[in-house]
Amino acid sequence: MTELIDGLYREGEPIADSKAPDGPIETRWERHQFENALVNPANRRKLSVIIVGTGLAGASAGATLGEAGYHVKTFCYQDSPRRAHSIAAQGGINAAKNYKGDGDSVYRLFYDTVKGGDYRSRESNVYRLAEVSPNIIDQCVAQGVPFAREYGGLLDNRSFGGVQVQRTFYARGQTGQQLLIGAYQALERQIAKGTVEMFSRHEMLELVVIDGKARGIIARDMVTGEIETHLADAVVLASGGYGNVFFLSTNAMGCNVTAAWRAHRKGAYMANPCYTQIHPTCIPQHGDKQSKLTLMSESLRNDGRIWVPKNAEDCDKDPRDIPEEDRDYYLERIYPSFGNLVPRDIASRQAKNMCDEGRGVGPAIVEVGPDGEEREVRRGVYLDFASAIERMGRESVESKYGNLFDMYERITGENPYEVPMRIYPAVHYVMGGLWVDYDLESSIPGLYVTGEANFSDHGANRLGASALMQGLADGYFVLPNTIRDYLAKGPFEPVAEDAPEVEEARRSVTDRIEHFLTCDGERTVDSIHKELGSIMWEYCGMERTAEGLQKAIGLIRELKTEFWTNVKVLGSNDQLNQSLEKAGRVADFLELGELMCIDALHREESCGGHFRAESQTEEGEALRNDEDFSYVAAWEYATKGEDAAELEPVLHKEDLVYEFIEMKQRSYK
Amino acid sequence: MSSSIGLKWLMAVTGIVFLLYVLLHMYGNLKVLAGQEAFDTYAHHLREIGEPMLPYGGLLWIVRIVLIASIIGHVYAAFTLWSRSSSARPQGYAVKKSISSSLASRTMRWGGITLLLFVIFHLIHFTLVKPNFNSEADAAAVKESPYVMVSASFSLIWVVLIYTLAMIALGMHIYHGAWSASQTLGLTSTPRARTVAKTTAQVLAALIVVGFLIPPFYLYFSSL
Amino acid sequence: MRLTLKIWRQDGPDATGGFETYTVDDISEDMSFLEMLDELNENLQARGIEPVAFDSDCREGICGTCGLMISGLAHGPEVTTTCQLHMRSFSDGEEITIEPWRAHAFPVIRDLVVDRSAFDRIIQAGGFISVDTGAAPDAAATPVPKVQADRSFDTATCIGCGACVAACPNASAMLFLGAKVTHLGELPQGQAERNSRVVDMVAQHDHEGFGGCTNIGECAASCPKEIPLDVISQLNKDLRVAARARR
Repeated sequence: MTELIDGLYREGEPIADSKAPDGPIETRWERHQFENALVNPANRRKLSVIIVGTGLAGASAGATLGEAGYHVKTFCYQDSPRRAHSIAAQGGINAAKNYKGDGDSVYRLFYDTVKGGDYRSRESNVYRLAEVSPNIIDQCVAQGVPFAREYGGLLDNRSFGGVQVQRTFYARGQTGQQLLIGAYQALERQIAKGTVEMFSRHEMLELVVIDGKARGIIARDMVTGEIETHLADAVVLASGGYGNVFFLSTNAMGCNVTAAWRAHRKGAYMANPCYTQIHPTCIPQHGDKQSKLTLMSESLRNDGRIWVPKNAEDCDKDPRDIPEEDRDYYLERIYPSFGNLVPRDIASRQAKNMCDEGRGVGPAIVEVGPDGEEREVRRGVYLDFASAIERMGRESVESKYGNLFDMYERITGENPYEVPMRIYPAVHYVMGGLWVDYDLESSIPGLYVTGEANFSDHGANRLGASALMQGLADGYFVLPNTIRDYLAKGPFEPVAEDAPEVEEARRSVTDRIEHFLTCDGERTVDSIHKELGSIMWEYCGMERTAEGLQKAIGLIRELKTEFWTNVKVLGSNDQLNQSLEKAGRVADFLELGELMCIDALHREESCGGHFRAESQTEEGEALRNDEDFSYVAAWEYATKGEDAAELEPVLHKEDLVYEFIEMKQRSYK
Repeated sequence: MSSSIGLKWLMAVTGIVFLLYVLLHMYGNLKVLAGQEAFDTYAHHLREIGEPMLPYGGLLWIVRIVLIASIIGHVYAAFTLWSRSSSARPQGYAVKKSISSSLASRTMRWGGITLLLFVIFHLIHFTLVKPNFNSEADAAAVKESPYVMVSASFSLIWVVLIYTLAMIALGMHIYHGAWSASQTLGLTSTPRARTVAKTTAQVLAALIVVGFLIPPFYLYFSSL
Repeated sequence: MRLTLKIWRQDGPDATGGFETYTVDDISEDMSFLEMLDELNENLQARGIEPVAFDSDCREGICGTCGLMISGLAHGPEVTTTCQLHMRSFSDGEEITIEPWRAHAFPVIRDLVVDRSAFDRIIQAGGFISVDTGAAPDAAATPVPKVQADRSFDTATCIGCGACVAACPNASAMLFLGAKVTHLGELPQGQAERNSRVVDMVAQHDHEGFGGCTNIGECAASCPKEIPLDVISQLNKDLRVAARARR
């Protein structure tokens, strides 16, 4: 291990083996599945698996493992597995079906995903994702997912940001809902059969690790407050992403990092935490009492045109009064071949640039700039359907986007058929997450991570309609075929409920709860969360600088102390206590925020969702440094001394080797 | 059959039996307009239908048995569902507004009870006891001729009023009941079918209210 | 704007509840209804009063977690979910009564939070198509006529929020049932289990203690996803067909 670097972290041993197979890429997954050990059907029911989270990745894994005959326990913090935030995905799901005959293939989806991810993902994983993608569509259709169809009765497809083929399957603007309901119903079917036991309104608060293996979790029953121990042969985290570290994001109110962070503290590496996707088409913020941001499907960019006024003095005019020649359709101007369909990171950053130039539209909002000075900025750009309405007619615009337009009108009180919509980027998805090998196993044996919770297949940037694909690929097809190699070694030695490791984990949970309830400070949990969010958004958002990140780390450490000494949580543990739930989540967000800033600071390049102002081309595009940073940054938890007030993580690098795809500067011009 | 939908079938089917009966009844009542002879012959004729296969008054008894069975079924289903509904919401709302429901739909239960009471009164009035409310009428003639019995009663304004109110209640009950039955029997699963069912229910209800009220009003005004 | 809120407070499932009256100031009309409650909760906590417990998650109108009876209307005066209701639908000085969903099958957990797991158990009874992972034929193998596909989709938009039950004078969940039965029943994939599905789901519905439908239509009028009343007719029809097939 090296000395402390920049006073923040150390570098440890590189990751030797990601278990990714070698040989021709087309046969890697098939060979790997064959080489993975099988479990005899009669033995499966003696093997137990805990799954935390019941979104697409968790529910699909739960259903599939249940069908296979394992004893499965699933947990979610919501009141029903049908509520997981996968449900909010609007646009669609990619699959290399090539039903449109427009030149799509598994290889092209693989290529697009690697390129879209700015060459920061593992080739083997991405190829596998593309390879199983057609099976997902088959599975979902068989379950009764009502995908959009053409008049002939066949499935319809549309195109999506960052690609030039039509490979996206969709169900109006509610694709995530329909896919989740499909997975949920499959899961409920297994619950009825007794292969899966469901624990709703339960939150995982600690991981139990025994002899270096993940053997269970400590969960709190959110209704009664009871602290429960659940033991198993393996644990799967499908607990979603941590975008709520920014307080304002498009995530659900309850989305949190606690399950993943608790595992991280027990030894699971956290990979590329700074890779954050900022989605370009969200409804702008209305004021400082806002609780969340609402996304509108990126599919709007298929027919809507994005512009800002050419002259700053036009910004407060009625957009309909601004003549064509005074409008700047900046994406079409800068990227003539992709136009409004450039990948998300580019679309978002350009919107920010336009607003920073003073050409943003909508109400001016007071914010604190990177220099610490207050300033007023209009944070919004127009997304205009006037020409689409002229071209396609209002009716077909309505049939394609009606529900999104309605939602916009409900939230803003403006009619988008008449006035152009205003949009602004918002935190939407995190590409970072717990590090996993090709088998989706973390650095703790027996702990598997699926869906958005793992650092996954999207590299530094995820393409639209790929999150649903990855979640379901992991849950239906990948995990069930990799976890069996581990389970084949089981059943493992039974664990006593009072084993010292279990007791220790339970104590850590109860101590924390006790602290929150007795701290009796002045600040509400939300007020601290909001403050953390604004630090993160300002310094670790769309554009990051070394100076800003260092400042942010200092601010977060101060805020952490403030939180632990001055938080106020009312009520008791033995009842539904939403402030108490939030307190535990914010405690973990504070540590995660610090790690994100350290990761962002150490990665002195721009790639995908990570843009360092110091590393850009002359035209202001992200400039990668493949020489020095073509690796996955997997962080091991460590603190300065015993006291956890300051992180001092250890960096393990996994080198990314590109055998099939040539690394290029991304160009969408 | 004990499922909530099973009970609703029972309700719908028995309701349809009543509806058919009510239509026939209305047809018969309208004979009043043709004068005493026609009406009395008709009333007498009702008892002779089916002779000699059936005894005198036989068909009437068959109809009565079917109606009694239907009323038992209808009331049983109504009360079972009512009690299930009240236990389905043990604690009510402090504030509750209705947004789409019609007055007719919300008054089915109390309206139904009102109708039940009216039917009992109506049977006592014209079938079982046949009390003579009108002191001016000749008691023997009332006994002899159904026409005289009816016209004696309907020359009294309060009797006419009772029947009018009851017929409005019946109209509302039929309006929601007929639509509801078509929904329960699963005949309204397309928007078009729903429109047709709603319109049919409205027409039926209006027809029945008007059809039943013509004779009493005719008799009342003729008696003036 | 300034509002008076009459809110149902109940400490736990077995506790007796009652209304408390609070006022909130400085509410902007761009705030959502739940943001207004967030603001109330911040104020309450500052005064040392425990915040009002209410459910919400996505706040985009799709997860179905939120749901309040707002002055006698499920999800309030607009056709949308509580989280998508904005304060511009209310006027300054208004008094708003906020209650939890009330139904025997939806017991109160705390304040405005209710337990809707009965819906999950109804789905467990048959609200699915039995297909194991990996056993699916090619997605393009069975075309579905657009009319059926569209009707299936329209009914699949149900978010399971429970507003239909809350608004129904009988606390009946027939709209929820009908939506699922129609979603799966319109598709060729859903035919094999069509009869058993409807029979089992209705039995579970009754077992959970929901009331019977009286075809009043409050459910469809309160549904934030505008699921039409004809799904209940479809449900009845499917049950009739299933009953005949059983004989």
